[in-house]
Amino acid sequence: MNHLPLIIKREYLTKVKNKSFIVMTFLSPIIMIALIAVVAYLSQLNNDKERTISILDETGYFKDVFQNTENTIYTKLNGLSLEDAIALVKEKEDYGLLYVSAVDSLEAFADNVKFYSEESPSLTIMSNLERKIEKHLRDMKLQKDGVTFAQIEASNTSIDIAQESFDGQKSSKIDNIVKLAFGGIAGYLLFMFIIIYGNMIMRSVIEEKTSRIIEVIISSVKPIQLMMGKIIGTSLAGVTQFAIWVILGGLLMIIVSSIFGIDLTQASAPQQELMNQAMQAEGAQAMAENLFTAISNLPIINLVIAFIFFFIGGYLLYSSLYAAIGAAVDNETDTQQFMLPILMPLILAVYVGVFTVIEDPHGTVSTVFSFIPFTSPVVMLMRIPFGVPLWQQGLSLLLLIGTFIFAVWFAAKIYRVGILMYGKKPTYKELFKWLKY
Amino acid sequence: MNDLLVANSVSKNFGNFRALNQVSIAVPKGSIFGLLGPNGAGKTTLIRIINQITMPDEGSVLLDGQPLKPEHIKDIGYLPEERGLYKSMKVGEQCLYLAQLKGLSKSEAKSRLKYWFDKLEIGDWWNKKIQELSKGQAQKIQFVVTVLHKPKLLIFDEPFSGFDPINANLIKDEILQLRDEGATVIFSTHRMESVEELCDHIALIHKSNKVLDGKLNDIKRQYKTNTFEVGLQSNNSDAVVADIKNKFDVLPATFKNLNDDIKLNIKINDTTSSNDLLSFLTSRAEVHHFVEVIPSASDIFIQTVKNN
Repeated sequence: MNHLPLIIKREYLTKVKNKSFIVMTFLSPIIMIALIAVVAYLSQLNNDKERTISILDETGYFKDVFQNTENTIYTKLNGLSLEDAIALVKEKEDYGLLYVSAVDSLEAFADNVKFYSEESPSLTIMSNLERKIEKHLRDMKLQKDGVTFAQIEASNTSIDIAQESFDGQKSSKIDNIVKLAFGGIAGYLLFMFIIIYGNMIMRSVIEEKTSRIIEVIISSVKPIQLMMGKIIGTSLAGVTQFAIWVILGGLLMIIVSSIFGIDLTQASAPQQELMNQAMQAEGAQAMAENLFTAISNLPIINLVIAFIFFFIGGYLLYSSLYAAIGAAVDNETDTQQFMLPILMPLILAVYVGVFTVIEDPHGTVSTVFSFIPFTSPVVMLMRIPFGVPLWQQGLSLLLLIGTFIFAVWFAAKIYRVGILMYGKKPTYKELFKWLKY
Repeated sequence: MNDLLVANSVSKNFGNFRALNQVSIAVPKGSIFGLLGPNGAGKTTLIRIINQITMPDEGSVLLDGQPLKPEHIKDIGYLPEERGLYKSMKVGEQCLYLAQLKGLSKSEAKSRLKYWFDKLEIGDWWNKKIQELSKGQAQKIQFVVTVLHKPKLLIFDEPFSGFDPINANLIKDEILQLRDEGATVIFSTHRMESVEELCDHIALIHKSNKVLDGKLNDIKRQYKTNTFEVGLQSNNSDAVVADIKNKFDVLPATFKNLNDDIKLNIKINDTTSSNDLLSFLTSRAEVHHFVEVIPSASDIFIQTVKNN
């Protein structure tokens, strides 16, 4: 008798009809969007604040160097002593005072620039000032040596190295960014999915133990059927929740940004910077074109198929372990000691993915970790956009499936014995003994 | 084929611990079979083997003459001692789910549930969640779920725990009725009065071994000590007692009676019949009370466990 569909249906419906599940499904995207909106709003607020920086330049070299910008106003002070200038700046509640004391030669300049302010100044502002002063000093020194301004201007070249693979496929920096984005999203999605829904499976196994229904069920179905039913049913509920999150989140994003006029992408500054650099080099029009070609350059079919297989394989591998933990313990507080060995490889996978794959997608570390079954789903998913030979993908998948089958066998053993054990917290030694029952 | 279930030298080890050692039982069709034993004797392990929850290391179990197969699940109804239901699931949905797991179709399960819910007058619980019911009420649901698929073999582990006397009687009557309709019942309990009331066969498991089995009456006959409880009236009690003590082994007895002066337990030897004793007594005094002492299931249980 195959009861698997029945069990899957029950698990799915109980999860989906559960009140807190419904609340979380609809509340999470709202909270997330609200959070992003607040962060975006705050950073915009910060940027919009106008600062005034007073300049006391005793050398007179920097007359035209500091031009007012949107957020920063430079006021030049003339003929004041340093003490008076500081007092004045304090009174006006300016952001700070840039003081350049009189010097004999350009060479002795380094120690003669100082910044006075109420609080320690922001890093961005300081580096901005430093950059301007350095550039101006360099220009002045060059001019002193007889180089004309036009020559200096002409010596500035902007370089964007064009990339081409041996078989003639063109790519650009933006290609890499797109690849990173795809791989990163895929790997991270899997990571989140395993943590959220693995825990859910574990809790639902524990629930069956604490409500003492397990023996009733187990006299009707095989433990492995129950376990697989639980895993699949919970995963389907997870997919449903994820889909609602994506759709709802997308809609909310559009609504919020159109109503409040907040550019939500502002919140994700670091990626923005990368994109901006690329954009400056090529201009918006070319950029859009490049983005399009970059996406179409991706091995889409390979990506989709690999995503499906590695996602399912990795998820099932981990969730069967979660189910085994749930079966081995009596309540959630006892799960801690068994959680670490599960979380470690998972976190390791994400770290390897984020730090190593970006640096060198086909290096030894990345390659090795994309074969180890406990890390391969995340790492391989991050590597694939950069082009991984099919034999590597196949071998890795084969290893993953093999480990998955072993894990299910192992989990089913623990599960079969564990669900009928009450009252004591098992040790690893006992778990090992259960395998032989 | 008179035995519905036969276990042949079943053994089971958990690591170094031998939970069952060469245990054989035969449960006759249509009987109520008491599976008795102290805590931790191995009863639950044997029951789980019958339910195919665990596999025996040695030996075999036959149901209706065939070795146990997964298909037999639908022929067995099992009410475990550690029982419960999904707390946040509605009664109706839950019963349907569990019935379908036992191989019933949804519509069949529905009509049978209606029959049982009407019979036990619990129809208005259908849309309640288990957590809204009391423990006894949930137990009733559990009982219905166990018997719903009309199994040939019913296994009850402490079925009356959690019930008030009225409901316990109700369930007892239902069990007897199911037996009369042809079901065979294995009944595991520590409450000896219900063994006395219900069981016609028993098996006693102690420290992983079967130490006793057979028809309850046969066992009682085996354990009886030819002792009679008598109540006599006489004007000359001391002389009568001395007279009896001369001829038989005598112990003092306590039982409730209206006006007896002499209460005794008298043991006779194999060559004496009960009639001999009676005529001896009638010749000496007026007999108001004369009963053979039959060992209770509880006596047999305690005696057997102590002797092993």
